[in-house]
Amino acid sequence: MDFDLNEEQRLLKESIDGLLTDSYDFEQRKKYMKEKGGWSKTVWLKLAEQGLLGLPFSEADGGFGGGGVETMIVMEALGKALVLEPYLATVVIGGGFLRHAGTDAQKAAHVPGIIDGSKTLAFAQLEKNSRYDLFDVSTTAKKKGDGWVIDGEKFVVLNGENADTLVVTARTKGDRRDKTGIGVFLVPANAKGVAKKSYPTQDGLHAADITFTGVEIGPDAVLGNPEDSLVLIERVVDEARIALCAEAVGLMDESLKTTVEYIKTRKQFGVAIGSFQSLQHRASDMFVAAEQARSMSMFATMAGDFENAQERTNAIAAAKVQIGKSLKFVGQQAIQLHGGIGMTMEAKIGHYFKRLTMIENSFGDTDYHQRRVADAGGLI
Amino acid sequence: MDLAFTKEEQAFREEVRQFFRDNVPPDTRRKMVEGRHLSKDEMVTWWRILNKKGWGVSHWPTQYGGTGWTSVQHYIFNEELQSYPAPQPLAFGVSMVGPVIYTFGNEEQKKKYLPRIANVDDWWCQGFSEPGSGSDLASLKTKAERKGDKWIINGQKTWTTLAQHADMIFCLCRTDNNAKKQMGISFIVFSMKSKGVTVRPIQTIDGGAEVNEVFFDDVEVPYENLIGEENKGWDYAKFLLGNERTGIARVGVSKERLRRIKDLASKVESAGKPMIQDAAFREKLAACEIELKALELTQLRVVADEGKHGKGKPNPASSVLKIKGSEIQQTTTELLMEVIGPFAAPFDVHGDDGSNEAMDWTAQIAPSYFNNRKVSIYGGSNEIQRNIIAKAVLGL
Repeated sequence: MDFDLNEEQRLLKESIDGLLTDSYDFEQRKKYMKEKGGWSKTVWLKLAEQGLLGLPFSEADGGFGGGGVETMIVMEALGKALVLEPYLATVVIGGGFLRHAGTDAQKAAHVPGIIDGSKTLAFAQLEKNSRYDLFDVSTTAKKKGDGWVIDGEKFVVLNGENADTLVVTARTKGDRRDKTGIGVFLVPANAKGVAKKSYPTQDGLHAADITFTGVEIGPDAVLGNPEDSLVLIERVVDEARIALCAEAVGLMDESLKTTVEYIKTRKQFGVAIGSFQSLQHRASDMFVAAEQARSMSMFATMAGDFENAQERTNAIAAAKVQIGKSLKFVGQQAIQLHGGIGMTMEAKIGHYFKRLTMIENSFGDTDYHQRRVADAGGLI
Repeated sequence: MDLAFTKEEQAFREEVRQFFRDNVPPDTRRKMVEGRHLSKDEMVTWWRILNKKGWGVSHWPTQYGGTGWTSVQHYIFNEELQSYPAPQPLAFGVSMVGPVIYTFGNEEQKKKYLPRIANVDDWWCQGFSEPGSGSDLASLKTKAERKGDKWIINGQKTWTTLAQHADMIFCLCRTDNNAKKQMGISFIVFSMKSKGVTVRPIQTIDGGAEVNEVFFDDVEVPYENLIGEENKGWDYAKFLLGNERTGIARVGVSKERLRRIKDLASKVESAGKPMIQDAAFREKLAACEIELKALELTQLRVVADEGKHGKGKPNPASSVLKIKGSEIQQTTTELLMEVIGPFAAPFDVHGDDGSNEAMDWTAQIAPSYFNNRKVSIYGGSNEIQRNIIAKAVLGL
């Protein structure tokens, strides 16, 4: 029973916090947003230099062999600084598929580029009607010779605009909502038949809707078992959920801090508004919500290593519920306590609120996960 | 970071659990499960069993009979005790006045009171709140005047829990009217059998009378019954209230109640099928379980922190425990109400004597719901807890 970071983890935290303090204040962030693709290549390479892009990969693959706690540390820090760069899409999700299912050849082809910052990935999973069900897949992958042909449409693919490689879920067998017959494929973003429509997202990131029309890929593009990869997808998406929980904790920490600072300085009726009890109690409730979220983020991080898949998934679903409820409360109240200024693009709090809000709707919202926990018979 | 308990800790949990299985009187456990009041005899009998085992005052320093357990062991013990369920040691003696006496009392007082607290030879009650002094406790008016080698005490206390059973009271009394309100209070202990002490029960909305008004009319108390220094009572009161940080979340109590909800909901029918199959109800239940899991983790963070860094500087997360713990306890009693639906209404005229077996499964559910409204009021109301977070944690 130990919730402290060890020495190496403390150093990791110091190092990423230091990097982001130097290169990621709110003004700098605005500049990065205007760069091509909506994020900073320079910052990305700095993350690579510090080894952060190679963190979760094994040493044999050129990485540092970091575990869940290390990713939690990084995601929390990225949340705190409201970072735009595609760490989740590239390292956590794309990297996750390669770590769990990549052959040596696939890892050799993709991992070095991730680690040195030269290549990014994107996860093309969401479909028009699939909502949060990972097994609901209409996009097809049909066998052709040794390789495959992909046809279908994917939506809101984060980093889809910039990614060099797309990790695509596609059906090799069965009907739309069958739990078997789903495969995962590595598709070069510049392959013939890949068409992208890119746009900024509400939280300042960039995504793309992507159409695959007769996209031909080789036999080396399959990750894992092409006919039965739902377990793999769930595993990696669970890791993405854990990472999002940690990012949300960082965002909530900074939102609460910013709000408390604001109500200490904003004066009305001749006094700081933070001297009013109604606002103090609201801020206290935000603190309670953020601490409960932190507890569940830690729980989810440690649950990532549970051997029992049902227990693992249930714990992570529970964490996503707590994070969803907490982030909604903290986010909304942060705006309320800021008053009119919180409604403006000029103040940073609104940007935090927007990112928090998008996290709730990523990979299953609060209702979705609460239902999953209920269907599994609860936690006790 | 590591969630797992060590092998030794797991073995300890098993030992504690087995001891409860072997030693908690079955009727005591049944009444706890059903949310009934226990008689004085039933409680004292159990506490003496616990004390004989050496676990009656587990968190006291070893020289006064404590166990020397780690903070994780205390956590495990409390959780198992709450979720078995068995009565927790009498807080007024074991968690409140005991630590004040062994920290601030003189040798004679320690020798005189501590063993009797441990064995519940004296039942203690708490004389803090007054009709005009609730959250603003320091405004209290009960007066102790020194006359030679005696105190003469006059005034009134209220919300005095289980004073009807009490042999002794620890009482905050005003001993200096001219000082700032916190500076003129002393901590005095005396017998409830003293002349001039009157106990009057307060009927509460759950139909019970576990709290009382206590009147003092020229009560004579030996001067030596002052604990610590004169006019330092407020410091001791703060020490006492801050002493019990982690038990207050009552995670084990809520766990046990959730198990009961699930058990009842699988038996009670709604729309022709077991209520546990009702999707809306099940989701509410899941929501509560998730909140409780988050609270349990928050509590473990505090426990692990205390184990590693000592109790000196409280982990800020500890202030979450009272607020969320009480809210969740209240939610569990709401869910129980929902499970029994219209059968919440009948009033159990037989009370706690167990003579009306047919009603046993529903009888105490509504009273328990009413009674649990208190948990967000006592021990520093949840609004006071929010004041504390705002000031001490957020710096507002």
